[in-house]
Amino acid sequence: MTEQLWRVISLQDHNTRVVIFGAAMLGLAAGLVGCFTLLRRRALVGDALAHAALPGIAIAFLWVTAMGGDGRSLPVLLAGATVSGMFGIASILIIRRGTRIKEDAALGIVLSVFFGLGLELLGIAQQMKNGNKAGLESFIYGKTASMVASDAWLIAIASLICVVICVGLFKEFKLLCFDEAFAGSRGYPVVLLDAALMSVVVVITIIGLQAVGLVLVIALLVIPAASARFWTDRLVWMMVLSSAIGMVGCLVGAAASAMLPRLPSGAMIVLTTGVGFLISFFVGARRGLLIRMWRRRSLNASIDRQHLLRELYELFETDPSRLSVSWDELVQARSWSNKRLRKILEQASSDGWISENITKMEFALTKRGESEARRLTRRHRLWELYLIHHADIAPQRVDRDADAIEHVLEPETVAELESLLNAELGERRMPTDPHASSTEGVEA
Amino acid sequence: MIGLEETEPFWMVEWNWALDGWIVAAGMLCAVASSLLGCFLVLRRMSLLGDAISHAVLPGLAAAFLISGSRSSGWMFLGAVIVGVLTALLSDWIHVRGEVDEGASMGVVFTTLFAAGLVMIVLAADKVDLDPGCVLYGAIESTPLDTWAVPIPILGSTDVPRVVVVLSIVTLINAAFVILFFKELKMATFDAELATSSGFSAKAIHYVLMTLVAVTAVASFESVGNILVVAMLVVPAATAYLLTDRLGMMIVLACVIGAACAWAGHVAAVEIPTWFGFRSTTTAGMMAVATGFAFTLAVVASPRRGLIPQLCRKHWLRWTILTDDVLALLYRMEEKTLDERPIADAMAMQADLDAWMADVLLTNRFAIKSAVKYHAWRGRIETTQVEASTSTAKVEDQSETLVPKLTDVGRTEAESLVRSHRLWEQYLVTRVDLEGSRIHQKAHQLEHFTDRQLQDQLDHQTDSPEKDPHGSPIPSASDKQS
Repeated sequence: MTEQLWRVISLQDHNTRVVIFGAAMLGLAAGLVGCFTLLRRRALVGDALAHAALPGIAIAFLWVTAMGGDGRSLPVLLAGATVSGMFGIASILIIRRGTRIKEDAALGIVLSVFFGLGLELLGIAQQMKNGNKAGLESFIYGKTASMVASDAWLIAIASLICVVICVGLFKEFKLLCFDEAFAGSRGYPVVLLDAALMSVVVVITIIGLQAVGLVLVIALLVIPAASARFWTDRLVWMMVLSSAIGMVGCLVGAAASAMLPRLPSGAMIVLTTGVGFLISFFVGARRGLLIRMWRRRSLNASIDRQHLLRELYELFETDPSRLSVSWDELVQARSWSNKRLRKILEQASSDGWISENITKMEFALTKRGESEARRLTRRHRLWELYLIHHADIAPQRVDRDADAIEHVLEPETVAELESLLNAELGERRMPTDPHASSTEGVEA
Repeated sequence: MIGLEETEPFWMVEWNWALDGWIVAAGMLCAVASSLLGCFLVLRRMSLLGDAISHAVLPGLAAAFLISGSRSSGWMFLGAVIVGVLTALLSDWIHVRGEVDEGASMGVVFTTLFAAGLVMIVLAADKVDLDPGCVLYGAIESTPLDTWAVPIPILGSTDVPRVVVVLSIVTLINAAFVILFFKELKMATFDAELATSSGFSAKAIHYVLMTLVAVTAVASFESVGNILVVAMLVVPAATAYLLTDRLGMMIVLACVIGAACAWAGHVAAVEIPTWFGFRSTTTAGMMAVATGFAFTLAVVASPRRGLIPQLCRKHWLRWTILTDDVLALLYRMEEKTLDERPIADAMAMQADLDAWMADVLLTNRFAIKSAVKYHAWRGRIETTQVEASTSTAKVEDQSETLVPKLTDVGRTEAESLVRSHRLWEQYLVTRVDLEGSRIHQKAHQLEHFTDRQLQDQLDHQTDSPEKDPHGSPIPSASDKQS
């Protein structure tokens, strides 16, 4: 066992070396292409395609066997798979363009009907006198162990061609994914490009059948790309990452399958990339779950702080003679729970925005807090004023709208508002509270 | 073959009710149970959920088997349903929380679970005799072998295949759900906000639906095969969707189509391979293929949305517009001849009338010829023979040419068309303030869809003008037209 492990890791066996190399190339190409299909919202096309390949495999096998050839030779089977995969894609496109059936149903129809036909033909292949269909089963679950060097070379070369196409047509594919209509208006042959992209997907799916199996080849196209999406917003980096994840997954899977021939390589490949997805999903630097949670918490905290400061400012404004604001007044002002208010106050106090008395029941703004509170209140009222004067919204309703947007107003926007509202601002440069006289009690 | 045809119709060959009857019954039950839910999946764009669930349940099966140590269907069923529901929930969660595309999140979840299941089975292979192929592509052919004694009120205790019993129960549950919650399902499918605002949770309906899909998928695939349930969830519903616009009708149609395909599929599986000298093959696969045929038929020939009826309608419209245009063109030419000389003289400068008309109406001579023939047949045009040589010297062909001339009937109809056209032009100028250069095009399109009532309205709106903006007289309304 250890000896075998060493043999695999050190790549002593020529066949193993070539097979692993082929699988790695496949993972790289699939990761690359997967980015485009994911962004084009066609992630599951590969699934339908892989299933649609089965009747082609069976027919190629039946035909070549009936002609007296070796029905199990990979090029023959892959040629059959490609032809019926193309038929599948054509059917999907016809159903989508010609009828009112949506994409998902079109995929489901092609997937199940073609696969049913494939099973049918495999059943017949089983009955042929010299038709030992043993080799065909590996297409359903995938077995790199059954690959020979020439198969691996075929896979590697086909993958390389796909990579070259994707890199060569990078700009065109990118436009196609992000803005198809724009690409069309710039004179790009959109239909042709779409067909090119789909052909690349067909090739990847077909060559992936042998290594991963037709149930799981879809994973090669989807999982690396979906994982990479959590880390970056830039397509180039996403593609680099996605290819890396796909490659590592295929390397590990193929190596595991080489050690334990019983282990389905497809499953190992998918599980490895699945782990990559899980990690990315939680800790991805751009859209991962944790970073998102943290971002939301900090946003919520800053919104709470801004509300508190504005509330304090307005309370002092209505009665300039007072020295402090009590806990009860704050509880009344906003629908904060006691616990939450305590937390907000503690945070604000430790940040130096407010000062508290010893019992922690009376609060006042510090110098620094006051200028910040003034800025925030001003921003809020500017927006209210804008809504009242330029959007014709009743004064009673503007508070809510302004509440929602004030936290994300950029300084440039504030400056713009100022110049727009120059006439209404008057001498004080601080707009008065539009609710002060008419709707007292509504806001408080 | 001749001998067979004489004795029995081919679909009854080798038909054995105890065997084939139960197989078809299982297939039909699966079809009905799936189609009931499938309609909602197709409308909610979740068609691939069945596919995802039926693959993803593999680890559930393996785990149930490892824990209970038996292939008893109760445990396996439970494990599969739990994992099936989990698949739906998990892909939903990743879709919402991770902002991953819906299809992609489904793809990630089901492939990973399926892979985990495969590995579990292989690793536990010493203890487990579980063939993934057998689990997923379960054989509907073995339906009659495994029977339960079921007490049936009138017949007493009868041996009914277990599969049929299970699928009957599932079908009943699904039917009850769809019938009882029809209104809620409908609302949640077409307008989730309305559903929520009218006091029940669209989310709850969604999750119950997902659970039932999982139950149906599991109950079906262990008995009749994964591929059949995936096909039956999507294809009959999509076929019915092409045939009707009403949800209730769609569900009924989907069930009928599914059941019919199940029957046809079994017959085909038994029959077709024998034509090529093979034994019968997988019934489940053939049933899926049969649904594919039904769908193709609907795509091509559905009365309202089929490709062929659509094509026919388009050509019919084109034809009526062309015949209208020919009539109106003849009228205009007649109008241009100031004195009462026949139209042939107006045509004198045109050596070839058909070619000229084809040129004006942007079509070909053949179409013009057939339109003229059609009008002649309807008595709107009569063709008179005119000696071309007398009217012009240019004509090389000295033989007599046929010149179409409007009859009284034809003239009345043409008048009506031209009246519509010119009234529209007048209307567009006076009421819509359209530029003079653009009105002809618009009026040309609208004249074909203007009936007498609309004509009168236009006339009224434009204060009964005598002439159109180009100065041509507007024919008065004839009373013969209705």
